[in-house]
Amino acid sequence: MSRIAARLLTLWAGLAYGLLFAPIVVIVLFSFNLPSGRFNLIWQGFTLENWLHPFRDRALTDAFLTSLSLALAASLIATVLGGLMAIGLSRSQGRAHGAIELLLVLPLTSPEIVLAASLLNLFVQINLPRGFGTLVLAHSLFCLSFAALTMKARLGGVDWSLEAAAQDLGATPLRTFGQITLPLLAPGLLAAFLLSFSLSLDDYIISAFTAGQVIVFPLYIAGAFQREISPQIHVMATMVLLVSIGLLGLGLGSKDGE
Amino acid sequence: MNASPRSSVAEARPSWPWALLAPGLLWLLLWFVAPLASLVPMSLSEPRDRFSLAVNFTGRLDNYAEVIGQYAPILLRSLQIAGSASLIALLIAYPLACWISFRGGRFKGLLLGLVVVPFFTSYLVRTIALTTLLADQGPVLSLVRALGLDGGLESIGLLSDGRLLNTAAAVVIGLAYNMLPYLVLPLVVSLESIEPQWLEAAADLHAGGFSTFYRVIWPLSLPGLSAGVVLSLIPGLGDVVNAQFLGGPNDRMIGNAISNLVLVQGQAPKAAALALLLMTLMTGAVLAQVRRHGSRELTAS
Repeated sequence: MSRIAARLLTLWAGLAYGLLFAPIVVIVLFSFNLPSGRFNLIWQGFTLENWLHPFRDRALTDAFLTSLSLALAASLIATVLGGLMAIGLSRSQGRAHGAIELLLVLPLTSPEIVLAASLLNLFVQINLPRGFGTLVLAHSLFCLSFAALTMKARLGGVDWSLEAAAQDLGATPLRTFGQITLPLLAPGLLAAFLLSFSLSLDDYIISAFTAGQVIVFPLYIAGAFQREISPQIHVMATMVLLVSIGLLGLGLGSKDGE
Repeated sequence: MNASPRSSVAEARPSWPWALLAPGLLWLLLWFVAPLASLVPMSLSEPRDRFSLAVNFTGRLDNYAEVIGQYAPILLRSLQIAGSASLIALLIAYPLACWISFRGGRFKGLLLGLVVVPFFTSYLVRTIALTTLLADQGPVLSLVRALGLDGGLESIGLLSDGRLLNTAAAVVIGLAYNMLPYLVLPLVVSLESIEPQWLEAAADLHAGGFSTFYRVIWPLSLPGLSAGVVLSLIPGLGDVVNAQFLGGPNDRMIGNAISNLVLVQGQAPKAAALALLLMTLMTGAVLAQVRRHGSRELTAS
């Protein structure tokens, strides 16, 4: 590669990263804004006020807490079911293998709006009242595919012969599971759980169709476009970002350490 | 070494995998297959009245003819908007993926992580941030005006009356932004398969920069490129958020049409017909991609 081409490529990459982070810079910056009206969209002046009172907006805080408990419930279901599926898939080579993998990939390659409309349709048909319960069902479904495929990718590096060795040495199945299998699976399970959690926290379309009267964080923000965009929204988004980066850093750090 | 104990476990307990798979499969059947299947009779029904979701099954195939007639223009516009967004995102992502693959060195993992980090915040809050950036007095338009580019951009239709927000261009920008990781990740997976020796060999054979790119890098990047385009078009074509919050009333996409039919107009049968058509179109594209290039690049991200 000629030097000029290499320089241009580096410049382009720098600009691309600038573009990727522009909205993030705006979110963090505007969490320190002192908006004059109801919409925190134009820079007015610096204040720490929003960070000192991050939970002042009660409705926003309630929506955020609802989203956290929804994400927790949905990711637990998705991680358990998806983890079991990933282990099952990694230990079988039957003819059904390909079909099951396709069934797992399809929810990811379907347009979200189609999943949303179909879930609402089913819930109406079977007379299931929309609310927190239907949200958990819907979220656990789209998280399940992500969780199972994440787990499956991680299981590639697992040395199952350790299990056989434990059993050869006289360990009971329960003890083998607790002391060998679970520790081997833990990193994959954690990755699947965290991915599911962040996907659930962020989902708007499926929530809009299955929530009934319940208001989760993305639904609150969608309403805020018409009503009031408080700087606390930016504060919460920044907190989510910081926690995610922290967890990602921990993940990268532990991977490097191994 | 690794394969033999695994298969011996499977042989010793043949029922094991099914016991592990069953709960997840049941979940997929209940909340993925059954809902999709429920759209079929719904798409052949008629609404009982305007204000409830109750319907009568009448086997009415006309729903399909009607939605095709009524929504073909919106579907075409969605294809245009999502296609332009994917193309723009590709122009940004391709050089970035090359840079990460060939010059990233030992920071490759970190650089890839940085591509994903912006997407850890809420989608809708990022969209709020985009409205700040694209607003009439916002930084993007201020820069455009300072550079004296507004007249030129207006004449090629990128600005309408000096505005970006509430135009189709804003929808394309929002979509393109969100497509970037879907393009960068599979492209990097593909470019990784290029051994540095091959590039050296090309140079030894007196291939110039351009012909190295055209004859070595480009063909080897094609699986990642097509996987990236498919991966970016799936959420792009079905997107609701960008058109709803960044576009004007005339920039609605097919996802907004489905959403509106169900949530506002109470026309669940037509929405079901439209949803099934969209699903068929996209699943067809995904299966064609998997058949042609395999699923490595698709599932890697």
